[in-house]
Amino acid sequence: ARRPWRRPQPRRSPAAALLSSAVLPDGVDRSSAAFAGNSAAAADLVSHLHSQIAKVLGGGGAEAVKRNRGRGKLLPRERIDRMIDPGSGFLELSQLAGYELYEESLPSGGIITGMGPIHGRLCMFVANDPTTKGGTYYPITVKKHLRAQEIASECKLPCIYLVDSGGANLPRQAEVFPDRDNFGRIFYNQAKMSSDGIPQIALVLGSCTAGGAYIPAMADESVIVKGNGTIFLAGPPLVKAATGEEVSAEDLGGASLHCKISGVSDHFAEDEFHALVIGRNIVKNLHMAGRRPNSSPKFSFDYKEPLYDVKELHSIAPTDQKQPFDIRSVIARIVDGSEFDEFKKLYGTTLVTGFARICGQPVGIIGNNGILFTESALKGCHFIELCSQRNIPLIFLQNITGFMVGSKSEASGIAKAGAKMVMAVSCAKVPKITLIVGGSFGAGNYGMCGRAYSPNFLFLWPTARISVMGGNQAAGVLAQIERNNKKRQGIEWTKDEEESFKGRVVEAYEREGSPYYSTARLWDDGIIDPSDTRKVLSLCLSASVKPTPEETKYGVFRM
Amino acid sequence: RAREERKGSSASIEKILVANRGEIACRVARTARRLGIRAVAVYSDADRGALHVRSADEAVRIGPAPARSSYLCASAIVDAALRTGAQAIHPGYGFLSESAEFAQLCEAEGLTFIGPPASAIRDMGDKSASKRIMGAAGVPLVPGYHGDEQDIEFLKNEAENIGYPIMIKPTHGGGGKGMRIVHRPEDFVDSVLSAQREAAASFGVNTILLEKYITQPRHVEVQVFGDKHGNAIYLYERDCSLQRRHQKIIEEAPAPNVTGEFRSRLGEAAVSAAKAVGYHNAGTVEFIMDTLSGQFYFMEMNTRLQVEHPVTEMIVGQDLVEWQIRVANGEPLPLTQEQVPLNGHSFEARIYAENVPRGFLPATGTLHHYRPVPVTPTVRVETGVEEGDTVSMHYDPMIAKLVVWGETRNAALVKLKSCLLNFQIAGLPTNIGFLQGLAGHWAFERGLVETHFIEHHKSDLLVDSAEKLTEEASNAAKLGATLVAACICEKEYITSGESLPCGDNLLSLWYTHPPFRMHHRAKRVLELEWDKELDGLCNELLQLAITYQSDGSYSITIEDSNSPALDVKAVHIRNNYFRVEAGGLHMNVTLASYSKDSSTHIHIWHGEHHHHYRQTVKFDQPSDDVSHSKPSFETSSHPKGTVLAPMAGLVVKVLVEDGASVEEGQPVLVLEAMKMEHVVKSPRAGFVDGLKVTPGQQVFDTSVLFTVKEK
Repeated sequence: ARRPWRRPQPRRSPAAALLSSAVLPDGVDRSSAAFAGNSAAAADLVSHLHSQIAKVLGGGGAEAVKRNRGRGKLLPRERIDRMIDPGSGFLELSQLAGYELYEESLPSGGIITGMGPIHGRLCMFVANDPTTKGGTYYPITVKKHLRAQEIASECKLPCIYLVDSGGANLPRQAEVFPDRDNFGRIFYNQAKMSSDGIPQIALVLGSCTAGGAYIPAMADESVIVKGNGTIFLAGPPLVKAATGEEVSAEDLGGASLHCKISGVSDHFAEDEFHALVIGRNIVKNLHMAGRRPNSSPKFSFDYKEPLYDVKELHSIAPTDQKQPFDIRSVIARIVDGSEFDEFKKLYGTTLVTGFARICGQPVGIIGNNGILFTESALKGCHFIELCSQRNIPLIFLQNITGFMVGSKSEASGIAKAGAKMVMAVSCAKVPKITLIVGGSFGAGNYGMCGRAYSPNFLFLWPTARISVMGGNQAAGVLAQIERNNKKRQGIEWTKDEEESFKGRVVEAYEREGSPYYSTARLWDDGIIDPSDTRKVLSLCLSASVKPTPEETKYGVFRM
Repeated sequence: RAREERKGSSASIEKILVANRGEIACRVARTARRLGIRAVAVYSDADRGALHVRSADEAVRIGPAPARSSYLCASAIVDAALRTGAQAIHPGYGFLSESAEFAQLCEAEGLTFIGPPASAIRDMGDKSASKRIMGAAGVPLVPGYHGDEQDIEFLKNEAENIGYPIMIKPTHGGGGKGMRIVHRPEDFVDSVLSAQREAAASFGVNTILLEKYITQPRHVEVQVFGDKHGNAIYLYERDCSLQRRHQKIIEEAPAPNVTGEFRSRLGEAAVSAAKAVGYHNAGTVEFIMDTLSGQFYFMEMNTRLQVEHPVTEMIVGQDLVEWQIRVANGEPLPLTQEQVPLNGHSFEARIYAENVPRGFLPATGTLHHYRPVPVTPTVRVETGVEEGDTVSMHYDPMIAKLVVWGETRNAALVKLKSCLLNFQIAGLPTNIGFLQGLAGHWAFERGLVETHFIEHHKSDLLVDSAEKLTEEASNAAKLGATLVAACICEKEYITSGESLPCGDNLLSLWYTHPPFRMHHRAKRVLELEWDKELDGLCNELLQLAITYQSDGSYSITIEDSNSPALDVKAVHIRNNYFRVEAGGLHMNVTLASYSKDSSTHIHIWHGEHHHHYRQTVKFDQPSDDVSHSKPSFETSSHPKGTVLAPMAGLVVKVLVEDGASVEEGQPVLVLEAMKMEHVVKSPRAGFVDGLKVTPGQQVFDTSVLFTVKEK
């Protein structure tokens, strides 16, 4: 039971040399000015990221945290820490959801989600943060909750809801309540997952009012804490207003009532610690429910660490999108032994495809090494077909300004080639994980499995940029249209006016293309520290492994 | 017929039945095996799986748990010997070892009793008679009354003549049982009655004798040996002055601060005592030595192999059990007096299951962790238990004897101290910590021993309240807790992968070190209750905040304490053993943990310390009544005035009725455990409430006996 993450075993017998894969070269010139510049820039980016994270880790602020503790309540992350197996990992998602999204700050979108094991069973956690706006659901809170359920549903992970929420945020009810992917979808998902045999477990650690009351009510099994936990459709003030009845919260919907009389909850917890212990026990007793069959592929865990320092990933991707870099130097730092067996290496060279392993798990990697041409798209298509036939998970490493434009390109049928890639990406029934390391522009985002293509997970590096096209290109296009408009109207447009117009466009693209803008809106599952890439990918792969291959069926490929 | 043949034959013993249990049964069997003699064990129902049974060639059940129906049942033991074809019986010490009737029964059944002749046992067993014989043989005696007259007024009068303080002793038995010291005439009658009761319970005879009580005595005893050819020699003396509750805990040989001239005078006196009763086999002549006058007086002769015989063996380089067998075979003594060597110095420390802060009361429990020190030519561990065994309330609570030898007294003492540090027991309270204190005491180091040593140096040896704990002790406990935390985390990391449900081996990626967290470090909080080992109720809660570091170490802080974070690196060696590095200091650490009373108990041995912590599992039971349920630990605190049984035992006497009004310190009932009487007194003035126990009833450790309510 040695886990080699700590002690990698780089051993290779002479005979193994015949079997060994191609080892990628280092690919990084540490003496170059670019390397130094990238390192410095990356250090700034990562430290900025960490300082933002540090802020949200504090929840709703010292005062609210203190009040929370006074009630015998832990912070949501502490609750999760006590529930997962001691010393086990927790992959938190979208820590910066809601970042600068509303006028008021909403750290982590008011809800903590992520994956971690309980009694050796990987679970999805959804934990309200009562210190931020009473744990009420803002639109982004709902979105984050639904996203966690989506992952759980896709990966068949038992869901643990640590409920401590005042329900929908009333001033924003219109954006929270009625639409398909709004509040009601939470319960729809609970019902669907339960019917799929994915356990739904709710721990009522605080208030659970109105719509929130349905979370434990819809759960397969629920726990409620004496004193702190309450479940009711309407709280005492609303009851008084509606019927004139005066009743305490505890009598209206406390643990005693729900465990002894109403049966809304199943387990009575003396306090929060007790509730967390009961929650762990529930998972212990899940037996087969939602369990992934034992036929999951047997991997060798005697894997090798990459040959090169993962920390150097900080220094590879330049902050200036115009500077190209070889995606192989990224691959060399995330795959086992830096071994990468390239497919079609000499053809369509702007797309790098090949096979590797990450912590013993086989993957097909598709990475951008420049603009996508017709050949590169066809090569990508071919490779996706290979992986889906072989049930090999796909990893997309995005650094793409888009598909090639121009008459030659159009004539080569680049639209057709791009469509093929989109078709292949959409239909391939293997786990897909997308990592945006640099630019993610235009149809490149689509062909490389952007958010719309439902990869199992999508993460960003702090160097990522996402928009339909580059700011300068957009400014050029818009300025041209504007100039034509003005010309038609006979208005003169000075050079200065045009420059400031362009500047505004570039600025807007700059802001909206930022990884923070993306992650605040949940266009992704979080910004990661590049040096964590290998770990995050390996955990996501282990979470999304498909025990039995699903047959991929493609639509009509335009030939 | 075979029996008749055996009687007359001079053939050597080939099979011995050991009529005892525990360490002495193991020890006798070991020598027997070395000599090619097969050993038969006997056992009561309580000892079915005991070490002495497991290690014997054969074992015979002799009765139920109480000693009276098993180890004291002479006929059952003799039957066992006949059934297994043993030719001889070794009685060990205690039980039937000093029963003349038993020795006689053995001989009558054609079995060799490995011990002195029955007549010598009888002569020496009656303390009054033995003193008369010794007096006649010219052995010096302590002034006292040793007559048959047991009338209490007469005895009181005799006591006045001898002069207070007076010592009351049962005429039969030993081991301090039934002994009383009386300082004032008004306490005399009560003490005599109590002594008689205890003597009757222990030895079946309630006669007592009186003696002058020497205020600063030393207990020095001489090992003697005689053969069936009229030879008797002495194997030097042992000093057994270090006693609590009149029972020895550290013995040494030879006696410190004694001249060679004194040694031979003492030895010769002992040999003449042995010869006076026609003694053969192993015996011990006990003397009381008045440290003030330098005089020594005969006290009694123990007609058996003593518990502390190994210290003598260590300095003379002989195996006394082998001598016993050879003498029983009719061989002459292997050495003459002149040939007996005297090499170096030896200590024996008796490790007991006992509650030191509660007045050394015997304790019971399971040895969840038991790691005696490794045996070497100069370190012996005599034990009758192994890890997982239970120390029951039926027999003596001694767990082991630690015997060390050194060239000089100082060298032996250094060894004794280091062995005590490394002697690991967890699961029940022991006196190891107390023995360490004794061994390290300045006066003991100088050999200034006397029987009241512990009483005189009480304030140095016993910490009786939490306030007296030094800051140093508190810091050591905090360091211990920190190391515990690191070791627990490390062990979890090692074992987490093994305990994963099979099939989902991918999940092992989630148990890496440090545990993965997105953009921050994994933290955890561990709550440990430090058990100060004062009386089990005095605990301190330590909250440890642990942060996993990227290099695999742990940064640990104790909340509400001024001590800075400590970086600890722990490497798991094997089983319970770890190597830790904390603050630049590397050391070996042993951890033991077990569950008891809905808590996880964790022991750590680090450096010169042993600490005990508890992790309370608050919610071990489902709460049936939600409105009145309380976490279980709350119910363990009792209202003021509640009196708990200080130990598991038998109620022998109830002195007041339920509802009676009592003064503070007034005796309420008498408990007996391990044949020791213990008076339970009222903790305050008031009236007794809820006193339901009756004489003959068994009570358990810390069960509620009664409450004294204020008027």
